[in-house]
Amino acid sequence: MNDVKAITVDHLTKKFGNFTAVDNISFEVKKGEIFGFLGANGAGKTTAMRMLCGLSIPSSGNATVAGFDVYHQTEKIKKNIGYMSQKFSLYEDLTVKENIRFYAGIYGKSNEFIKNKTGVVIKDLHLEKEANKLVKSLPLGWKQKLAFSVAIFHEPEIVFLDEPTGGVDPVTRREFWNLIYEAAATGITVFVTTHYMDEAEYCNRVCIMVDGRIDAMDTPQQLKKACDAASMDEVFLKLARKALRSDT
Amino acid sequence: MKQFFSFVKKEFHHILRDPRTMLILLGMPIAQIIIFGFALTNEVKNSKIAVLDNSKDVATTALIQQINSSRYFDIEKSLTDYKSIDAEFKTGKIKMVIVFPQGFNEDLQHFNKAQVQLIADASDPNVANTLANYATAIIMDYQNRITDDRKLPYTIHTEIQMLYNPQLMGAYSFVPGVMAMVLMLVCTMMTAITIVREKETGTMEVLLVSPVQPLKIVIAKAVPYLLLSMVNIMSILMLSVFVLGVPINGSLLLLIAVSILFTLTSLALGLLISSVTASQQAAMFISLVGLFLPTVMLSGFMFPIENMPLPLRIISNVVPAKWFYTIVKSVMIKGVGFSLIWKEVLVLTGMMLFFLVLSIKKFKIRLA
Repeated sequence: MNDVKAITVDHLTKKFGNFTAVDNISFEVKKGEIFGFLGANGAGKTTAMRMLCGLSIPSSGNATVAGFDVYHQTEKIKKNIGYMSQKFSLYEDLTVKENIRFYAGIYGKSNEFIKNKTGVVIKDLHLEKEANKLVKSLPLGWKQKLAFSVAIFHEPEIVFLDEPTGGVDPVTRREFWNLIYEAAATGITVFVTTHYMDEAEYCNRVCIMVDGRIDAMDTPQQLKKACDAASMDEVFLKLARKALRSDT
Repeated sequence: MKQFFSFVKKEFHHILRDPRTMLILLGMPIAQIIIFGFALTNEVKNSKIAVLDNSKDVATTALIQQINSSRYFDIEKSLTDYKSIDAEFKTGKIKMVIVFPQGFNEDLQHFNKAQVQLIADASDPNVANTLANYATAIIMDYQNRITDDRKLPYTIHTEIQMLYNPQLMGAYSFVPGVMAMVLMLVCTMMTAITIVREKETGTMEVLLVSPVQPLKIVIAKAVPYLLLSMVNIMSILMLSVFVLGVPINGSLLLLIAVSILFTLTSLALGLLISSVTASQQAAMFISLVGLFLPTVMLSGFMFPIENMPLPLRIISNVVPAKWFYTIVKSVMIKGVGFSLIWKEVLVLTGMMLFFLVLSIKKFKIRLA
């Protein structure tokens, strides 16, 4: 792994009126890294991620994504990232192929590129029989995997995953993480928020947010050692117990 | 451009795959024209009436025959007793009773003066009024014929000419109304719902993270509805011309141009609604209650605006459909050119720009 920075965050803050959703956070993510962003509901994970995706303007601090500034170069950032939200993000009334074509189309990919890569993706996901079926006929796990493949279809530098595995069974979750590993192996940086602690173990590095601040940041192994805990679950409980904000 | 076409194609997929949307888009205009054209009519035909003839002479027999043979009346019953009239009306089967007093013909011959009583069921005032007018006209007609040989000292002959709509057909006034209603419903409600749906399902977020500019998203959403509205305008016009027999007296091009203007106004309103609501139900509710009802009530097509109290007359000015209705009526029925409708066109253009700027601003604010 080299030392090129995919994301740099420097004293980033977001306030909504009197409420400080993200409070002076700083961190860096290396290219090709799988970076886990953990925290209870309402800890500020999604707000932080929205700022990095160019959906929300920070109140103060600096950040760059793929080398572009989040204040002035959001258009360039958008071209270089992929995004998958916690809500299911494909169109149910379009077929598998049409969804791929649509998303690739809005990223301005050429017809040839789309045609060639669609075949590869469908083969990788074993969706050959379902390629011309409506997405709503697929089981949830397949949809999530497809949504991930669509999010990285245009070959972004960084992919942001906002609680991507919500409501999915453990087996499918494991398969989903295999896809993430494959993507990371091709050099795509993965920024993932989750509150499943078993998933935190899969990350190269995790950062735990409590009340809008970063409470701990290290590899899962180091964190467990530092907190004298057997699993990430315990680490999280020890840290999150200090939280003042209630669950939202 | 490629982004844009991918988007428009996707929108068409959404529309074409949802049978309910298709039904509303293409079935509703046809259904409305047919309902308004054939079922809802304020013409009075074949009304059932009764006669109480106390003289039974030449004159009354001739008159009754003439009334019965007109297409407005069917004489259902002959009464014999004044007291039975009330009971007849209460059964609700008859709408009017014509009463001839005793010695009708004698009075007419000897005193040049006779009386007829028309008693109408005014629980439906419009029908009662119309029936009384029709009956009076038939009686006057009879009177004119028998006085033909005897010259009256003075006669004023009224000649009435019904301009633009000689047969007084209801279709002339509701075709423009239905156009306003359909375009409002299709463009405003459907656009609002389709954008809010993407917010609900979460796809909007993914679109906003993508490099597509918000303005492009909005325009791409509107394009399919604009095209479908064109189809609707054409089908409504064809149905009115070929099925209902309503003519297009003015320029067809002008008519289509103002329809596009109104469509754009409705689209802008739909965008505005979509940017202030978060659920499909809310968007539908606002479109129906906030726009559809005023369109029906305050555009002048169901109820004449001139007869409304002042506050309602003032409110009617902010209803875009009122201006569109006025324009279409002028162009289609009266055959008026642009020089006489430019004020209404200006108002509509102003409204369109206002809603459009406001909705694009709102859309951007939501991003920050």
